[in-house]
Amino acid sequence: MAKKKDDKGTNNPGLNTPLLDELEAGPWPSFVSDLKQWSKTKPQVAQLLNQLEESYENRWNYWTGTVLNVSGYGGGVIARLSDKADKYPDLAEFHTIRIIPPPGFVYSTERLRNLADICEKHGAGILQLHGLTGDALALGFDNEGTFAAAEDLMANGWDLGGSGAALRSLQCCVGQARCEMACFDTMKTSRFLTNHYIDFLHRPEFMYKFKIKISGCANDCANAMIGSDMPIIGTWRGPMQIDHEKVAEYIEEKGVEHVIDNVITRCPTHCISLKGKELVIDDENCVRCMHCINVMHKALKPGKDQGVTICLGAKRTLKIGDTMSSVIVPFLKLETDEDFENLTDLIDRMWEFWNDNGMDHERIGEFIARVGLGTFLEGCGIEPDPRMVQSTRTSPYINFEELAPGDFEGEQTQQPKVWNREPESRESSS
Amino acid sequence: MSATKLAPRDQGAPDYTACLHPAMAKNYGKWVEHERIRPGVLVYTAESGDKLYTVRAGSPRTMSPTTIRKICDIADRFCDGFLRFSMRTNVEFSLTRQEDIEPLMEAIKTELGFPIGGTGASISNIAHTQGWLHCNLPATDAAGAVKAMMDDLIDEFENENFPNRVKISTSCCQINCGRHSDIAIIVQHHHAPRINHNNMQICELPKVVAICPVAAIRPSVVDGNQTVEVVDEKCMYCGACHGQCPSMEIRDADTDTLSIWVGGKGANTRSGPSLMKLAVWGLPNNPPRWPEVSDAVRTILDAYREGGKDWERVGEWIERIGWQRFFEKTGFAFTKYHIEDGPNAMWTYNRSTHVRI
Repeated sequence: MAKKKDDKGTNNPGLNTPLLDELEAGPWPSFVSDLKQWSKTKPQVAQLLNQLEESYENRWNYWTGTVLNVSGYGGGVIARLSDKADKYPDLAEFHTIRIIPPPGFVYSTERLRNLADICEKHGAGILQLHGLTGDALALGFDNEGTFAAAEDLMANGWDLGGSGAALRSLQCCVGQARCEMACFDTMKTSRFLTNHYIDFLHRPEFMYKFKIKISGCANDCANAMIGSDMPIIGTWRGPMQIDHEKVAEYIEEKGVEHVIDNVITRCPTHCISLKGKELVIDDENCVRCMHCINVMHKALKPGKDQGVTICLGAKRTLKIGDTMSSVIVPFLKLETDEDFENLTDLIDRMWEFWNDNGMDHERIGEFIARVGLGTFLEGCGIEPDPRMVQSTRTSPYINFEELAPGDFEGEQTQQPKVWNREPESRESSS
Repeated sequence: MSATKLAPRDQGAPDYTACLHPAMAKNYGKWVEHERIRPGVLVYTAESGDKLYTVRAGSPRTMSPTTIRKICDIADRFCDGFLRFSMRTNVEFSLTRQEDIEPLMEAIKTELGFPIGGTGASISNIAHTQGWLHCNLPATDAAGAVKAMMDDLIDEFENENFPNRVKISTSCCQINCGRHSDIAIIVQHHHAPRINHNNMQICELPKVVAICPVAAIRPSVVDGNQTVEVVDEKCMYCGACHGQCPSMEIRDADTDTLSIWVGGKGANTRSGPSLMKLAVWGLPNNPPRWPEVSDAVRTILDAYREGGKDWERVGEWIERIGWQRFFEKTGFAFTKYHIEDGPNAMWTYNRSTHVRI
């Protein structure tokens, strides 16, 4: 198995990829063309493409997963061994390193070049920007290369991402850096939580994975609501901002019919009405869905007293069926240090209750589905709030703690009448 | 390895403030409005009056350092050395000089070969998973299917011709890392896992038994070896055990098929988030270009464009016209397999006399 670095590409069979070549045609940029070109610099990429070609031919996969950890870390490396290492020796160890990107996926070219240089130096250098986990992915390191690349990355200010039963790399939208709709600082929140909980991100100690994704408003550009265990979504208290002049201009330009069809009737809570050329909004019933603001984005804006709604529990279908996120904190300010302390205090309590009582491989949404939201709230010390439910319950079978008799566990004090019937009555009827 | 000199650990997320375009750093939190100049090009205006133009280009996600450096070269020339990636793997070039927009777009097209678009009511880049390129569980490829489909849909990426945006995703196993989308392509398996009883020592058997959602896995002994058995009638071919134990192979190149799901939505706008639902099943897993999948996606898109009202996402359109009309308009067959049989099944039945006759 021992294999010297210099061996890379010495027995390169050359490219033989007739099926993949078909993916070079067409107008969309082709990863096949890019990687074929790159294989001239990194011969192991030719082996990668040849193995992929065999996958295409046989509709079969040739990677086996394994575990490899960088000193001090319990995750961040997605280790892969090729089943065809005899044929493609450079793929015998061919790992992915997950790297925490700058929040919001913003880069200076200096940082991005640095990333590419390091990945090229120690491995195949293939980058994926970004994976659905929210990481920058670098593909194609052998064991030695993985360790060397990790040291080099960390010496250059990068850090490894999360994998396994850990907090995963956070993901957030562009937020206040370039969007007028963002109701809080998504990038700051993302970096703060990443660094505050870096222990949990690097050393898996949960029942299973935990993802936090952060969006500045209900449009949810970070795909948090259906793609994370804990979506943090921007919102506001009080009235939204209306520029009545611009509303009138918009109605003038587009016509009343357009406004009725695209704004008034689309409001999920029917809280907008049209009085002449004035929009009247019943702010008490606005649920901050962002639709009217999206349509009339110059005339309407989120309100000024901004914060976040925190939800919990989304994951895709394995194993109990899809779970969607549901509200756990209707509104939280997220500006001062104290606000952030409130947030981490909440996360600490939820993690503790989940990990003390969850089962192996049980995501927090599955855990809540099993024990019930009421039990979960009590366990975490969170007050129930009607904004957490769509409706109250329909099942009447309830263990009311206040109504249960105090001495229920002792002997029964009241004999049900049916037990008192005398046997004679039956005898006399015969 | 020698532990003499290790680089600093646990540094966390890189400092984003050093990665912001100067106009973003200056106007952070002070943006006032935006406008789409044309598909793929937006302008943002700040309180200060500063304008920041952003050009969005579709990337293939998997890129060589050569391509990354070409992207950087362009960002150095036009964007003060800064750039951003979107959630759906587009590259965003931001610049302050309006006169540079045309040259920038030209550079993106000629030097990178990336199309420009993916904004507003278009089809954005397809969110996809790792596939045969580097995953240990996939039954199909992702990057190839995406490339083939985007070749077909590139006009829809470069233009904004739909009632609202359309997000597409692909997943290469039943774990569905691609998640809910307006249109999602998923692999499906059709029989219970094949157990390699000689290699079960690499798996933690109690975990294998516990992970089965339908309790179809039982402990067993074969030829004196501790192993498990699967109750065929209970198994729903989800592959949860395969992820836990590689010796329980769920994939089958001869029988695995693809299916298309519609109506997933994460945004809280209007109707709120929704799960995607089954539209078409039993499509062949047909590399290298999966033409049957592209055709079916195109059929759904055409019907949506034809029938959807402005701002309606795919799921909201179907919700309004009803599933009967969806199957009429697309020509797909409605079968008994489209009817839910999971734990929440009854909530998906039509529990009223509201019927389009």
